[in-house]
Amino acid sequence: MNELYTEGEPIRDAKAPEGPIEDRWEKRKFGAKLVNPANKRKLHVIVVGTGLAGGSAAATLGELGYNVTSFCYQDSPRRAHSIAAQGGINAAKNYRGDGDSIYRLFYDTVKGGDFRARESNVYRLAQVSVNIIDQAVAQGVPFAREYGGLLDTRSFGGAQVSRTFYARGQTGQQLLLGAYQALERQIAAGTVKMNTRHEMLELIVSDGRARGVIVRDMVTGEIERHTADAVVLATGGYGNVFFLSTNAKGCNTTAIWRAHRRGAMFANPCYTQIHPTCIPVSGDYQSKLTLMSESLRNDGRVWVPVKAGDTRPASEIPEEERDYYLERIYPAFGNLVPRDIASRAAKNVCDEGRGVGPGGLGVYLDFADAISRLGRDAVEKKYGNLFEMYERITGEDPYTQPMRIYPAVHYTMGGLWVDYDLQSTIPGLFVIGEANFSDHGANRLGASALMQGLADGYFVLPTTIGDYLANGPYGEVDEEAVAEAEIAVRNKIEKLLSVNGTRTADSYHRELGRIMWDYCGMERTEESLRKALERIPELREEFWRNVKVSGQAEELNQALERAGRVADFFDLAELMCIDALHRTESCGGHFRAESQDADGEALRDDENFAYVAAWEYGEQGPILHKEALDYEYVKMSQRSYK
Amino acid sequence: MAVTGAVLVLFLVGHMVGNLKAFLGADSFNEYASFLRTMGEPLLTYRVALTLVEVVLGVCIVLHMWSAISLARRAGKARPVKYAARRKSQANGYAVHTMRYGGVVILLFVIYHLLDLTFGTVNPAGWDGTPYERLVAGFAPERWWVTLFYVVAVIMVGLHLRHGLWSAFQTLGLASGRSYRPLKLTAAAISAVLVLGFLTVPVAVMIGVIK
Amino acid sequence: MSERAKGMNLTLKVWRQNGPQDKGRMVTYRVEDVSPDMSFLEMLDVLNERLILEGDDPIAFDHDCREGICGMCGMVINGVAHGEQVATTTCQLHMRHFEDNAVITIEPWRAAPFPVVKDLVVDRSAFDRIIQAGGFISVPAGSAPDAHSVPVKKVDADAAFDAATCIGCGACVAACPNGSASLFTAAKITHLSLLPQGQPERASRAKAMVEQMDAEGFGGCTNTGECTAVCPKGIPLDTIAQMNRDYLKASK
Ligand SMILES: Cc1cc2nc3c(=O)[nH]c(=O)nc-3n(C[C@H](O)[C@H](O)[C@H](O)COP(=O)(O)OP(=O)(O)OC[C@H]3O[C@@H](n4cnc5c(N)ncnc54)[C@H](O)[C@@H]3O)c2cc1C
Ligand code: HEM
Ligand code: HEM
Ligand code: SF4
Ligand code: F3S
Ligand code: FES
Repeated sequence: MNELYTEGEPIRDAKAPEGPIEDRWEKRKFGAKLVNPANKRKLHVIVVGTGLAGGSAAATLGELGYNVTSFCYQDSPRRAHSIAAQGGINAAKNYRGDGDSIYRLFYDTVKGGDFRARESNVYRLAQVSVNIIDQAVAQGVPFAREYGGLLDTRSFGGAQVSRTFYARGQTGQQLLLGAYQALERQIAAGTVKMNTRHEMLELIVSDGRARGVIVRDMVTGEIERHTADAVVLATGGYGNVFFLSTNAKGCNTTAIWRAHRRGAMFANPCYTQIHPTCIPVSGDYQSKLTLMSESLRNDGRVWVPVKAGDTRPASEIPEEERDYYLERIYPAFGNLVPRDIASRAAKNVCDEGRGVGPGGLGVYLDFADAISRLGRDAVEKKYGNLFEMYERITGEDPYTQPMRIYPAVHYTMGGLWVDYDLQSTIPGLFVIGEANFSDHGANRLGASALMQGLADGYFVLPTTIGDYLANGPYGEVDEEAVAEAEIAVRNKIEKLLSVNGTRTADSYHRELGRIMWDYCGMERTEESLRKALERIPELREEFWRNVKVSGQAEELNQALERAGRVADFFDLAELMCIDALHRTESCGGHFRAESQDADGEALRDDENFAYVAAWEYGEQGPILHKEALDYEYVKMSQRSYK
Repeated sequence: MAVTGAVLVLFLVGHMVGNLKAFLGADSFNEYASFLRTMGEPLLTYRVALTLVEVVLGVCIVLHMWSAISLARRAGKARPVKYAARRKSQANGYAVHTMRYGGVVILLFVIYHLLDLTFGTVNPAGWDGTPYERLVAGFAPERWWVTLFYVVAVIMVGLHLRHGLWSAFQTLGLASGRSYRPLKLTAAAISAVLVLGFLTVPVAVMIGVIK
Repeated sequence: MSERAKGMNLTLKVWRQNGPQDKGRMVTYRVEDVSPDMSFLEMLDVLNERLILEGDDPIAFDHDCREGICGMCGMVINGVAHGEQVATTTCQLHMRHFEDNAVITIEPWRAAPFPVVKDLVVDRSAFDRIIQAGGFISVPAGSAPDAHSVPVKKVDADAAFDAATCIGCGACVAACPNGSASLFTAAKITHLSLLPQGQPERASRAKAMVEQMDAEGFGGCTNTGECTAVCPKGIPLDTIAQMNRDYLKASK
């Protein structure tokens, strides 16, 4: 173990104010230094990413009067991956009077995160959630409403209160368009300068502070330098390290990985959320996986054949030869067990050879009972659009034959380490949204990512970054630091183009993804992780020797873009495996087969692992810094869904 | 576009009703023609009202054409490179796609029509005949091709209006999702009535019902 | 499923254009053993991997989410924006809808305000500028009243939602014989016009957005309805009537 990493100083202070938890955010806001309004225009902030986190942050900083430069790799800020979120957004509004409160949302999130999140942060998140809904509604986000004209909510992901606000199955889209429109308003007002089709490839650190970025204009290939007084990364999650995931194709780790290389610590990289209801893989060419809303599990029954290797069509398998395994193993929750449990159970039955569909990687989600109980019309009303989407992709009709589903990588709880102010270990580098290691601990509750992204962008960052900027100015940017960062970028591009080998970047990415899925996926063991840690460096070495990238640097070159991202995924994959290997407990999205109870449930080890693992980059291998987690308000307890 | 189109439509309705007077005999029709000219008397002198109408019509046609041409030019500029694959129409109704050349056919027709029945230049009965005579002479059976041309043109007008009427409502923002079906049906009905109404006269002349 | 998936052989005629200045041309490619379960973009991925290995430039095309929501993908397939399957983005189109041995023509969106960047990639920033002109409600973060302070009739909320689902893909422009951006612009105007929150800026918004749309060089709408027929989100034509209504009112 110790040959893989070394241990450094623990992190003692995450900068959360002291005192009663409900007053801490107020206290921080009051304690924050303010920037003189007349000076704001002269203060320059770079925001990379235009998803819910970055879009809302850039818009808000613009409204406050800062001089903002924003980047995204898509052709429009409106297309950030946040657009794909379906289910909804949590907020402790308690509009239903069903016993919800800020405290309860806080409590559920800490517990759902399997006691691996900071109490102070989570409490603030729950507090701010209320303002997000107000803000979104005022922007014209068309949330679902009841006949009385008030907002509708639903209960989501097993929550016992109805606190999830939604806009049909397109909540992320509508929230993002709200943030996007606010952003476009600031662009028109001249406070934000937008650079689309620009990819951040390096962070500029001058005098120990983050002072800018090196970006590539993806149309002309030009390498540009942008300097500023502070940098905000809002570049999303890194689930695509698995190649196949529910993330958009372009999602990548490059921005945060580059920052990590320059000194920002990376926290809990191994915490990955696997979503149980995705459409299974249908062939080797498959490029991404599509999520089906979790709500399907409300009425669908999950089963596989009792016998291994049963290849009969579902309709020919009689009732007694079907194993409704979730209902069997978890009689209390049945098909509604949490995501990680449902996912792992599906993997287990498939490992037993009882999976269905191509490659035996799938389980049935059957609506036959629901259709006969509620009638086809009722089922169609509830799930019609999901059924349509399924049919579009698979060509199979879920009304007459059961759907096939399989778990897929969905969300990454890990990310750059940030303090209470959302500042990373590099002063002046702030990280928000899925890109930071966030408030979700080891497992994120459904409908909480949108909440966190918007809380960070609209409300938290604009306050805390002001404090940092008010303490400036931080002097001239060191020209040499800028040049050095630029040269690093140019060298990497040149290198990728010059290898001229025999395999595409995609083929390496696919192979890397396979390694990660098999050895560092739903279930991890010491053995599998060690195997991964052997294979990854070998494959990386081959990549740098044998990758083929056609075309030139000075043009729109999608082969080059992909290769650059894959290169960073290799390095990240290695750190993920080390993190997973060192954490010998099971918690949330991290299941170590060695750490389970008699019933096969995840077993936490609070004695030894109640900490955030923050990794520092080191030439001789990563350096682990532990941030201990104290629970003053929510008592640590083991989850149980039996 | 919509406003000028609407004025033209109103004119057409009146014009059709007038034309149908041909069935009531020569006197009635001639009376109608002269009424057109004495309209507004004694307030206005001979032909003033009619001229006014003519001017309005003329202006409308010009404006209508002008907007049609500028729309077409804008469209051309907005798509300088054409598609290589034959573009398949995904929307229904080919009436929609005959608007431009249909409009040109209508224009040519109107020119001929004015030379024919208003100025009599190309009419066998010439300028000296009464309107009724011109009418009967113009559509005489041996001049079947004139009638054919009228038939084609009037059908073009029908198609133009089937889309144009609904389109005008849409352009003026008077339509809504709920009113699309009724509006489209009404447009189709009005177009059909106009086509039939206009066609009866020349056809009747040609087959000798009116002589 | 893989057993039933017999590979298809296809001939693709693809628009290749090195950059904005290049004249561009159609290039023919054969692709073999295409699985009917592939999406259209996956079919192009496979071809692109081959092209890269052959040292060629892969065919550039835009895409991101690959699940029909980001609006980034889009090509004209056999003369139809996003292909002939209704209410479907290119990324959601699957090869099972094509015949074996088919010849498929693939072109970029064609419109002057959408200049070709490379191959099938076009620049749609004109859409962003239309939104910049007024496609928003001015409400700085933190200034909003409680969300329940203004009830919204369910029918209005639903209709606003229908319009708000536009993904900004630009297929409407690509399909419109006039190269008009009316459906896109109207969708946003309608979304915001139907909500009480959108009222204060309603008139100025409609005017500014329509004027920006014209200034970008899009064609005028003659109500041909091609746009709504290819729109992956089925944005209805009555949004255009709504836009015209708001615009005429604002211009008075
Ligand atoms: C299918 C799906 C459904 C989901 N449903 C829900 C749900 O119902 N509820 C919920 O709460 N959460 C949901 N999530 C999770 C949630 O959508 C995401 O966690 C969240 O949207 C992340 O937002 P973000 O702003 O942090 O990043 P993103 O939205 O991913 O934005 C990243 C931005 O960074 C930019 N970027 C990235 N790298 C670079 C670079 N190198 N250079 C320049 N720019 C870069 C991108 O252009 C983009 O603008 C879902 C996720 C998926 C995949
Ligand atoms: C001179 C020849 C004509 C030409 C070139 C012409 C051309 C066009 C074109 C291209 C349109 C499509 C624009 C649109 O749909 O908005 C149109 C619409 C229309 N036309 Fe014509 N037209 C002509 C004559 C007429 C006549 C004689 C009438 C009526 C009697 C008429 C009535 C209409 C109407 C009502 C519309 C719909 C307007 C709208 O949608 O805004 N047109 N015309
Ligand atoms: C097919 C049947 C039609 C017949 C029998 C007919 C008959 C006539 C006659 C007799 C006149 C001369 C009136 C006069 O000078 O006193 C006339 C004028 C005219 N007609 Fe028609 N017409 C027909 C169709 C149309 C159509 C379809 C249009 C337009 C699209 C049209 C447009 C006009 C115009 C513009 C005038 C001139 C009006 C004026 O001078 O004030 N007609 N028509
Ligand atoms: S209106 Fe439809 S076709 Fe046009 S941009 Fe929006 S979603 Fe695409
Ligand atoms: S196709 Fe074009 S003409 Fe109008 S109705 Fe749609 S914008
Ligand atoms: S790739 Fe996002 S809509 Fe097609």
